[in-house]
Amino acid sequence: MSPAHDALIVLIPRLRRYARVLCADAASADDLVQDTLERACERLAQWRSGSDLRAWSFAIMHNLFVSETRRPRYRLEVAADAAPGDATFDPGASWAAAHDLERALRALPLAQRQALLLVAFEDMSYDQVATVMGVPLGTVMSRLSRARSRLRQLLDPDAGGAPRAAPRLRLLK
Amino acid sequence: MTADRDELHAWVDGRLDGERLRRFEQRLDADPALRAEAQAWRSQTEALKGLARDVLDEPLPERLTAAAQGIAPGRRTANAPGREAAASADAVRRARDPRLWLAAATLAALAWTAGWISHARFAPPGASLARTAPPEFVRDAVAAHVVYAPEVRHPVEVAATQHEHLVQWLSKRLGAPLTVPSLDARGWSLVGGRLLPGADGARAQFMYQDASGARLTLYVADAGGLSGDTAFRFDSDGRIAAFYWIDGRFGYTLSAQTDRATLLALAEEVYRQLTRASPAPA
Repeated sequence: MSPAHDALIVLIPRLRRYARVLCADAASADDLVQDTLERACERLAQWRSGSDLRAWSFAIMHNLFVSETRRPRYRLEVAADAAPGDATFDPGASWAAAHDLERALRALPLAQRQALLLVAFEDMSYDQVATVMGVPLGTVMSRLSRARSRLRQLLDPDAGGAPRAAPRLRLLK
Repeated sequence: MTADRDELHAWVDGRLDGERLRRFEQRLDADPALRAEAQAWRSQTEALKGLARDVLDEPLPERLTAAAQGIAPGRRTANAPGREAAASADAVRRARDPRLWLAAATLAALAWTAGWISHARFAPPGASLARTAPPEFVRDAVAAHVVYAPEVRHPVEVAATQHEHLVQWLSKRLGAPLTVPSLDARGWSLVGGRLLPGADGARAQFMYQDASGARLTLYVADAGGLSGDTAFRFDSDGRIAAFYWIDGRFGYTLSAQTDRATLLALAEEVYRQLTRASPAPA
């Protein structure tokens, strides 16, 4: 097995976690990860050794996800099932907060959600996010702005003085 | 200004240091609204970092480590997947895709609801005592029952195994403490619940299941302007039977594909448990 395969295995937990928040349930998320890994192996020849394998893999996942969104396969919008082991979650309040956060995330347009997750989850630089998403840096920054503003409104509709004149979209309340 | 915006994100993500950090902190000191937004974004980002963190520690599924090594996946065929095999596997996956199913169920729900409403509207006078068109929340409750009761993969959003979390979360979202009746003694166990949107706020649906797999839903909605407490009212389109009532702030709808007498007994039990949990103010 080549070092590239080893490196892919090391990336699996990160890919799974990211997919878990994008997809509706754990099985769909693992389907997405599996498709990503298969695609990555098929194209491993195209990967230049020494370049950023993580950004490359996330770009594959991003493209798969975007194309599959048009031909739904991974189940995107419904909130996640309770995963096994949830009994060890933090007590009440923070569980509810995390659940509301996941719901609000899913209400964001896909491109905004991905920009935010790549930064917040993966701690990617803004330039890396631009590479993964295949858009200019300025586009990443404006998606990030919209994602953060809208998430704040969704989570706290009463948060006063949102400085931008974005439409006030209220999720359920 | 774009430069400001970029500095703001960099501050939120902890990517400023030295002179840039010092300068931006001064900007924040001078602009309380900007500081409020920056802090809200930062705490939002901290919360995001905590999401699904447990996934990182889960054991790796074998099918994924195999895929990472370029080994032919078990999900499709054991041999190198021919186009036909892959295509048929995809077809199976699509056919099982609950979203397609959900779309179909939603259409069915619309059709059913339309029938249900016209049924209510055109029922002959005197067909039952004091028949009036049911409130809007009852229509929504029946539609939600039709959509979610047949769901296989996602009948509920939060499972009954997380009972405490479920009740606290839905109570928070509906803005009042909720009680989930226990119907185990009647042979119905709680599957879980979900949050649903309504015209005037969030609503909750709790789902129960009996040994045969039949499903019963209790739908809780803010009764809005509807006044006072009401007696049980019954309606049915011939397939889905529903008892509904208003008690204090909330309207309740109990729906199932069952006969009136069975559902009435369950509705009485639900009502009893709900009033016991929160006795009406004197």
